[in-house]
Amino acid sequence: MKAAFTRFARNRLALLGAIILLLVLAMASAAPALYPAGAFALAGPPLQPPGDRFLLGTDTLGRDVAAGIVYGARTSLMIGVSATLAAVLLGVLFGAVAGYYRGRLDVALMRVTELFQTIPSFILAILLVAILSPSVNSEILAIAIVSWPGIARLARGEFASLGGREFVLACAGLGAGDGRIVFRHLLPNCASPLIAVGSLLVASVILFESGLSFLGLGDPNLMSWGLMISAGREVLRSAWWICTFPGLAILATVLAINLVGDGLNEALNPRLRDR
Amino acid sequence: MNDGSFFSPPVLSIEGLSIALPDGADRAHAVDRFNLTLRPGEITCLVGESGSGKSMVARSILGLLPPRVRITAGALRFGATDIAQANEAQLRAIRGLEIGMVFQEPMTALNPLHRVGHQVDEVLRLHTDLSRRARRERVVQLLADVNLPDPERLYRAYPHQLSGGQRQRVVIAMALAMRPKLLIADEPTTALDVTTQAQILAQLRELQRDRDMSVLFITHDFGVVAEIADRVAVLQRGQLVEEGRRDDVLRNPSHAYTRSLLAAVPRLRVPSRPANTPGVQILEACNLKKTYARRGFRGRATMALDDVSVLLRRGETLGLVGESGSGKSTLARVLTCLAPADSGDVLLDGEQLAYLTRRQLRPYRKRVQMVFQDPYASLDPRQSVGDIIAEGPMIHGASRAAAKARVTELLELVGLSAAAAARYPHEFSGGQRQRIGIARALALEPEVLVADEPVSALDVSVQAQVLKLLADIKHKLDLSMLFVTHDLRVALQVCDRIAVMRAGRIVEIGDAAAIHAAPSHPYTRELFAAVPGAMWEQSHAAEPVV
Repeated sequence: MKAAFTRFARNRLALLGAIILLLVLAMASAAPALYPAGAFALAGPPLQPPGDRFLLGTDTLGRDVAAGIVYGARTSLMIGVSATLAAVLLGVLFGAVAGYYRGRLDVALMRVTELFQTIPSFILAILLVAILSPSVNSEILAIAIVSWPGIARLARGEFASLGGREFVLACAGLGAGDGRIVFRHLLPNCASPLIAVGSLLVASVILFESGLSFLGLGDPNLMSWGLMISAGREVLRSAWWICTFPGLAILATVLAINLVGDGLNEALNPRLRDR
Repeated sequence: MNDGSFFSPPVLSIEGLSIALPDGADRAHAVDRFNLTLRPGEITCLVGESGSGKSMVARSILGLLPPRVRITAGALRFGATDIAQANEAQLRAIRGLEIGMVFQEPMTALNPLHRVGHQVDEVLRLHTDLSRRARRERVVQLLADVNLPDPERLYRAYPHQLSGGQRQRVVIAMALAMRPKLLIADEPTTALDVTTQAQILAQLRELQRDRDMSVLFITHDFGVVAEIADRVAVLQRGQLVEEGRRDDVLRNPSHAYTRSLLAAVPRLRVPSRPANTPGVQILEACNLKKTYARRGFRGRATMALDDVSVLLRRGETLGLVGESGSGKSTLARVLTCLAPADSGDVLLDGEQLAYLTRRQLRPYRKRVQMVFQDPYASLDPRQSVGDIIAEGPMIHGASRAAAKARVTELLELVGLSAAAAARYPHEFSGGQRQRIGIARALALEPEVLVADEPVSALDVSVQAQVLKLLADIKHKLDLSMLFVTHDLRVALQVCDRIAVMRAGRIVEIGDAAAIHAAPSHPYTRELFAAVPGAMWEQSHAAEPVV
C-alpha cells in the first residue's frame, strides 16, 4: 500500500486532480461559513455581472451564483460518493456471489446484470426518479441501480480468477467456511481494481446527478450545478455567467476525479505501466 | 565434440557484455562484464538459478530485451555485425534467418488462431522469395525433420490440437526453417514431461549435428546439461563463475558455487537409511474414480482417477510419481477432501470421509494437511505471515494469543526468524515462502502431510534445503507423508515406497529401492530412462561426481 502511495504521488496529473478535488472538498465543507444565508437566499438585484459586489454575479432571481457553486459542490460530492458506494456494494454482492459459487447461480445473476446493461442507463434513471418522486434518496437509488452492473462484472471476474488460486484451496483445507474465504481472503485481494473503478464511477455519478437536476428531477431543496445551468439557460446570451460557472465546476470536478481515478488505477496495478 | 571446431572462427562472441536493469531492481546489472564464445558445431549450456541473468543474455543476442533494460557495455560479435550496436532493420535481417530461437513455453510461443503450417511458412515468407508451392514443400519437410507424425495433416492443424511436445517440435521447426548458424534455446524442455523432454533433447542433438549448428542452450537443470552439452557456462547473479568442457565442469568443478549447485542435484539412487518398520494404515483410498467433464464442443471427458486404491501407512513417506495429466494431483486433492470424488471412498484411520459435508469434515481437516506446489500462489498476498500461519488454529477455536505463540514456535521449526510473522509473503524468496506454507500446514498438528510437488518450483539448492526440512520435520513430528512429484530423482531421495501413476491408474507400487533396482512395468522403465542425465551418470558411475 505504501508503495502504491509513492507511485501515486509520482504521477503529476493525478496529483493535480487530487489538489483540485481537495479544493472542491474544502469549498463544500466551508459553505455554511462562506454563505451563511444559503444558496437560495436573495442576495441582491438579478442578473448582476461578475465583479464588484458578487464574485460570480447573480442569477435571474438575484441569488448569488458563487453561493450556488459552493452549495452545489456539497450536493454533487454527497450524491457522488453515496450513490457510488451503493453501486459498489450492490455490484460486489452480485459479482462475488456469482464468481465464488459459479454454476447456475452465476449464469442467472449474470443474465440479470446483462439485462440492466442493455437498458439505456440515463433513461432508466429518469424513469426511476420520476416514479419515486424527486428527492435525494430517490436520486441516489436510481443512480446506484443504473451503475452497479459494471462493478458486478468486474467483481465476478476477480472472484472467479482468485477462486481457483492455491491460497484459497489452502484455506479451505484448513477448514475455513465460505464467509471467511470471501471476506478475509478474496475481497482484500480484489480491492485494488474495485477502488480504481469505483473512483472513476464517482465522476460519472456526478454527471448523472447534474443531468437529472437539469431536467428538474433533482431534490428541490438542494442547490445543484445541474439545476443552476437549467435555470440560466434561457438567458445564456445576455447573462453568460449563470450557466458558465456551474459548467466549469462540473468540468473541473469530473476531470479531477478522472485524473485521480486513473492515478489510483496505475498505482494499484503497477503492471499497467509497462504496457 | 568435434576438435577441429576449436580453431574455426566463433559463430558468436560475447565480449564484456553488461546489461543494466531498471532502477529499483534487486541489482544494478542483469549480467556484468560477461564473456562467452559460441563455436560452430557445439552446444553450449548456460546454467544458472532463477534471477541469474541467463535469459537476459539470450534476449540480448536477439535484440529483444524487455523495456527499460539496456546493454550498457560490451559487444556481441556475430560475423561482421555487432548486435549490441545494430539497428532494428539489421536485427530483423538476422533474427530467424541466421539466429533461431526456441522459447520455454510451447503454449504461448504459437499463435492459437493460425494453422501450424501457416506459422512455419511465415518464416519462409519473410526471408525468402520462394513460390507458394515450394514453401509448402519446405514446411512439410521441416515438420518431418523434427519427427512430427503425418506432417501433411499437421500442416493444417491448429496449435491447440497438438500436445506440448508436438508444439515444441513445431517451434523448433520454425527456428530451424532458415538453417540458422546459431540456435538459442531458452529452457525449451522445462515445461515438458520427462519422457517428452528426453525425446526433444535427443532430437535437438541430432538436428544440431546434422546442420553443424551452434546452440546456446539455457537451463537450470544439470541433468539436462549432462545430457546435451559440449561446453558449460555457469552464471551466478550476473557473473560468469565457470566455463569449460562438460565433463571437466561436471566432474571437476573449479568454482565453489558450481560445486554447491552440483551437490544439490538429487542423484538417481536410493540413499541408505534405516529400515522403516511398516506401521498400520492411516490414510486409504478405496476405488476412487473421478472424471472431468468434457470441455468445449468436441472435447473428451478425461478420466483423472480410474479406480485408484492405495494406502499410506503410519510413519512412512509414499511417493506418487507421474507425468502431467496422470491424475497424481487430483488424487492428492481428493485424499485431502479438497476435491470430491465421483465414487469410491477415502478412509482416515478407518473413518469414511469422502461424502461428509463441510461442517462434518472440519474435525478431520486438522489431521490431514497439504503443502502446495506454487510458493507464489499458495499464500494470500494481503495477509501477514503471522496471520497466514495462525489462521488454521484460529478456525479450530484457538485464542489469538495461543495462535500467536504457536506461530513463533512454528517459524522456528521451519527455520525462519520470529520477526517474519509481521512481514508479507512478497518479501520472501520462493524457498522461504515454501517454508511458510509448510508452517501453515503444521499449525494444525496433522498426522498426515500431503505435499503436492512442494519443490518443483524451486531452484536446486533451495530444493535440497526444503527436502531436508521436510525430512527433519517428518522425523521430529512422526508424520506420515504423501509426496507427489514428477521427478523420480526427488522421489528416490525422500520416499520409502513409490507409486507410479499413468492416465489415472497406479501402474506400479513398491519399495523405492526395489522399484529403482528392478522396475517391473514398462512405463516405469521408460520414466527411469528419461531422467535427464541418467545415461551420463551411469557412464561415469565408476568415478562419482563430487
